[in-house]
Amino acid sequence: MKKNTISFSSSSLHLIIIITAFIWVLPTVGLLITSFRPPPDVAASGWWTVFQHPFNFTCYSLENYQRVIAKIGLGRAFMNTLFITIPSTIIPILIASFAAYAFAWMEFPGRKLIFIFLVGLLVIPLQMTMIPVLRIFSNLGIVGTFPGIWLAHTGYGLPLVTYLLYTFISGLPSELFDSSSIDGATPFQIFIKIVMPLSVPAIASVTIFQFLWVWNDLLVALVYLGGTPEVASLTVSISALVGSYGQDWELLTAAAFVSMILPLALFLGLQRYFVKGILAGSVKG
Amino acid sequence: MIHTKKITPWLYISPAVFLLFFFLVYPSIKTIYISFFDYNSEKFIGLKNYFYCFTNETMLISFRNNALWIAFFVPLTVFLGLIIAILLDKVKYESIVKSLIFMPMAISFVGAGVIWKFVYAYRPISAAQTGILNAIRSFFQLEPLPWLIIRPWLNNFCLIMVGVWIWTGFCMVILSASYKGIPRELLEAARVDGANEFRIFWKIILPLMKPTLAVVATTMTINVLKVFDIVYVMTNGNFDTEVIANRMYKEMFIFRNYGRASSIAVLLLLFIIPMILVNIRRFREQETIR
Repeated sequence: MKKNTISFSSSSLHLIIIITAFIWVLPTVGLLITSFRPPPDVAASGWWTVFQHPFNFTCYSLENYQRVIAKIGLGRAFMNTLFITIPSTIIPILIASFAAYAFAWMEFPGRKLIFIFLVGLLVIPLQMTMIPVLRIFSNLGIVGTFPGIWLAHTGYGLPLVTYLLYTFISGLPSELFDSSSIDGATPFQIFIKIVMPLSVPAIASVTIFQFLWVWNDLLVALVYLGGTPEVASLTVSISALVGSYGQDWELLTAAAFVSMILPLALFLGLQRYFVKGILAGSVKG
Repeated sequence: MIHTKKITPWLYISPAVFLLFFFLVYPSIKTIYISFFDYNSEKFIGLKNYFYCFTNETMLISFRNNALWIAFFVPLTVFLGLIIAILLDKVKYESIVKSLIFMPMAISFVGAGVIWKFVYAYRPISAAQTGILNAIRSFFQLEPLPWLIIRPWLNNFCLIMVGVWIWTGFCMVILSASYKGIPRELLEAARVDGANEFRIFWKIILPLMKPTLAVVATTMTINVLKVFDIVYVMTNGNFDTEVIANRMYKEMFIFRNYGRASSIAVLLLLFIIPMILVNIRRFREQETIR
């Protein structure tokens, strides 16, 4: 695309942009550097002092990571988070794609009304649901268990995921459905052989969005899983660390980076789907 | 449309409908109901919980703080997002800088909270400052500040800046797409006619982007009404930084007062609904324009 002609000083434009970008990354750079510095150094001087001798590799170590992963239990929390996130991503997308397909291409009474109602549920803040759900969960004995939180994330994720998949699936060309119906394919065969393969781009964006939403979630994990080490997620564990190790920055920074590594890798690797997914998901409760 | 047996569509939608009923419809109705009852939902107490919400000091502080968040966070994210989008459109390395500014959207609010707590780290004047803000102050011979403790303006403002850092990239991406949709000839013509950049910004760019700006602003407002993680991690609402969502969590989990917690949740919903209505109206307007 043709860039606009610049009518004010172009060097000041570049300067403003570079300063802005610098301010934006500085906090994260500080976190990353601190997480690799030995504890005595972290307490004695600011992280920026490493730039006095940038190639003096003795002032870096993996010690903080060893401590948070093995001793403080963030390795366990990382695995817990994976174990929470993967089913909490797959189940809602599976259920939502069935529903979206039916809403888009099947005829039944109340189709529009039910769909509008379902999407309207997007407005409900999670806080509105937590106490009754928690009571039901405790009656069922699934508070603090993984299946409980899988169900919760599925329920909370469904309105948005269904809506997004619906907009994509309903946009598929209708000829596709006429011709294959004539060929005698069942609705399920059409779903598996035509709808799902064609929806891969939409499913990819939604998967990334839902994965990140669950991975980064604090509130749902806090309420339905709690802080016991066997089930605690990274976000729950780290917010507990902030309370108990408030001034041990070498540990907190390493811990925070452990929780950020996977989202950042996804961000860098799949940027296009990523941005799409995030934009689509911005309205979620 | 495809031909199906009468029962088939219901089989496809029933898991979704059942789960939505179970996790959103039924609990919401129940929450409204128990907001009129006492702490363990046994005794009907009418509007007492709501009365509490509007008289209790901490609750009033939470309302004030959410209002502060709206007043600063929303204009800042939208304005910064817009300015950055427009400036970046003029340079070749646009996409790299965009990625850097969007990056905070990838990480959790908890992670962002730790990052910024470290930026705001405070130690007594005799010790070396390891938080970058206080190090900068020391460099200029100023006393270090306990940023997250000085109430009520500085600490709330510091928390709001964390939100701004996270969400500006989001606003930037949406506003950038909208900005690129403005016909270049329009801007060129105005320049040829001798209009300066600021005039073009106020008279052409802003009016044309108004619908998108409104949607972004309402989306940010809804976000801010529900702000929880940042406050929970960084101050847990201490030093007058309490917000509605964190208060609801405390009433529910720490004080076990389900009646009060429910009434706070209902108020949260009531605050959000007008924003959603504005968003829907904007959306309809745009549809009719097309």
